[in-house]
Amino acid sequence: MATQQTQVLGRALLTPAVALLFIWMIVPLAMTIYFSTLHYSLLDSENWSFVGLENFRYFLTDPAFLTALRNTLVLVGSVLAITILLGTPLALLLDQQVIGRSIVRLMVIAPFFVMPTVSALVWKNLLMHPVSGLFAWVATLVGATPIDWFNDVPLFAVILIVAWQWLPFATLILLTALQSQDEEQKEAAEMDGASALSSFIYLTLPHLARPITVVILIETIFLLTVFAEIFVTTGGGPGLATTNIAFLIYQQALVQYDVGNASAGGLVAVVIANIVAFFLVRIVGRNLET
Amino acid sequence: MARKVTARRVWVSTAAAWLFGFLIFLPILWMVLTSFKTELEAFSMPPKFLLFHWTMENYATVQERSDYLHHALNSILIAGGSTLIAMIIAIPAAWSMAFAPTKRTKDVLLWMLSTKMMPSVGVLVPIYLIFRDFGLLDTRAGLVMILCLGNLPIVIWMLFTYFKEIPKDILEAARMDGATIGRELVYVLTPMAVPGLASTLLLNFILAWNEAFWTLNLSTLDAAPLTTFIASYSSPEGLFWAKLSAASTLAIAPIIILGWFTQRQLVRGLTFGAVK
Repeated sequence: MATQQTQVLGRALLTPAVALLFIWMIVPLAMTIYFSTLHYSLLDSENWSFVGLENFRYFLTDPAFLTALRNTLVLVGSVLAITILLGTPLALLLDQQVIGRSIVRLMVIAPFFVMPTVSALVWKNLLMHPVSGLFAWVATLVGATPIDWFNDVPLFAVILIVAWQWLPFATLILLTALQSQDEEQKEAAEMDGASALSSFIYLTLPHLARPITVVILIETIFLLTVFAEIFVTTGGGPGLATTNIAFLIYQQALVQYDVGNASAGGLVAVVIANIVAFFLVRIVGRNLET
Repeated sequence: MARKVTARRVWVSTAAAWLFGFLIFLPILWMVLTSFKTELEAFSMPPKFLLFHWTMENYATVQERSDYLHHALNSILIAGGSTLIAMIIAIPAAWSMAFAPTKRTKDVLLWMLSTKMMPSVGVLVPIYLIFRDFGLLDTRAGLVMILCLGNLPIVIWMLFTYFKEIPKDILEAARMDGATIGRELVYVLTPMAVPGLASTLLLNFILAWNEAFWTLNLSTLDAAPLTTFIASYSSPEGLFWAKLSAASTLAIAPIIILGWFTQRQLVRGLTFGAVK
């Protein structure tokens, strides 16, 4: 149906979006690449010089980088594990006949719409405060010693906050997928005497494989650059305990004003994210019809 | 859902679901309750659940001391502005890819998706320097621009998947009857696309409202939206829990309500059609 006229029109309509996204993608990235080869500090911006790959050598061998990389991986891995291991049973539960299901759904989804700075500060103060927090009160009720979350297990505290924000996302996607599952197939299996467990393992799990992959990839892309939650709770500390790669780059850029080094770090982050993005784009592309 | 389920099973699922739902919602509920307490009661141990002296005082204090409305207005203008501009750029693009696809349309779509994968922190330095040199730091215009570009791929994708669902036959019929492309857009396409347009608008407004990387790094006071405003409570003076709760409640209430309307679109918008 696409006549030559609509072809031309189509191209004209598409151009502004493509041009804008192209500039948005290329210009800052090219600048980052350029800056990453410079010795350039905003505190002493007259004295800059070309240093080749020196910044990368410095950034990658900096002990802070290895700590930040480890923290990033622990954060991403733990949040993924928590959201999927809790999200799957929760989605299965919400797929059952539940009285007042729509209200429960609303309660489960709500955290996703809370802005990151609010969830981080509310958790840190109202829930995790070692003396007056709700968790401390629960601990004393059961006779345990309250945990000083942000001193004793700071990274875990951040993980809990971020997992709470992303659990709704995983649950909602898995629930959507469950609702598209073939009911008749399940009924047939039941009639043939399949137990609930085996019908879960052989029918439901394979059906969920794809949505779980999608959840993992999308969450990973966002979780690699968790920033606000760390910024308002720990500032990366104590020491480097909660510094992830995104926060390390932020510190080098806007706290130490080391443009060269921060740019090298930024490119490392881009490379890591691209590895994940590659797989996600492939999955999305596979079932895209144009 | 047509399967027969025993009454006992329904009660067990119901109890479990409500318990989980309540636990997940508890932090928000607790925050709302705390916002109506006095600072002393907010801090008291054991905590007071409902039997406390209910007060609206914190809400008044938050407005008086830190001009809450100024930041709320910034949030509305930044989230609304960036979403509207993104829609204006995205509607023609999505229309073109859905109704006049070429061999390269799929590649273009996937390329657009990949721009969304770029971590913001990777371009923090150049964006910060560009903003500094053009006097855009702490301006609403600067934030509108950045958030618009950041969300543009999602907007285009969502619109594309909605437009794709509009049956082409109808358009062809309209064209046979002699409708021009302009008339076709206004009288045939637009009415059918309104639900998709509305949910795209809504979801992206929410995403922009909650965006907390660029807003934290590029705004301090004048242009600071609610994300940055709330972050200022991370360096507290004295007792501040009730005030923090009041400010937070105000900041998230409108968005949670909007969000509940977009549950279905959320899945679609954020998985780029990979899960339906």
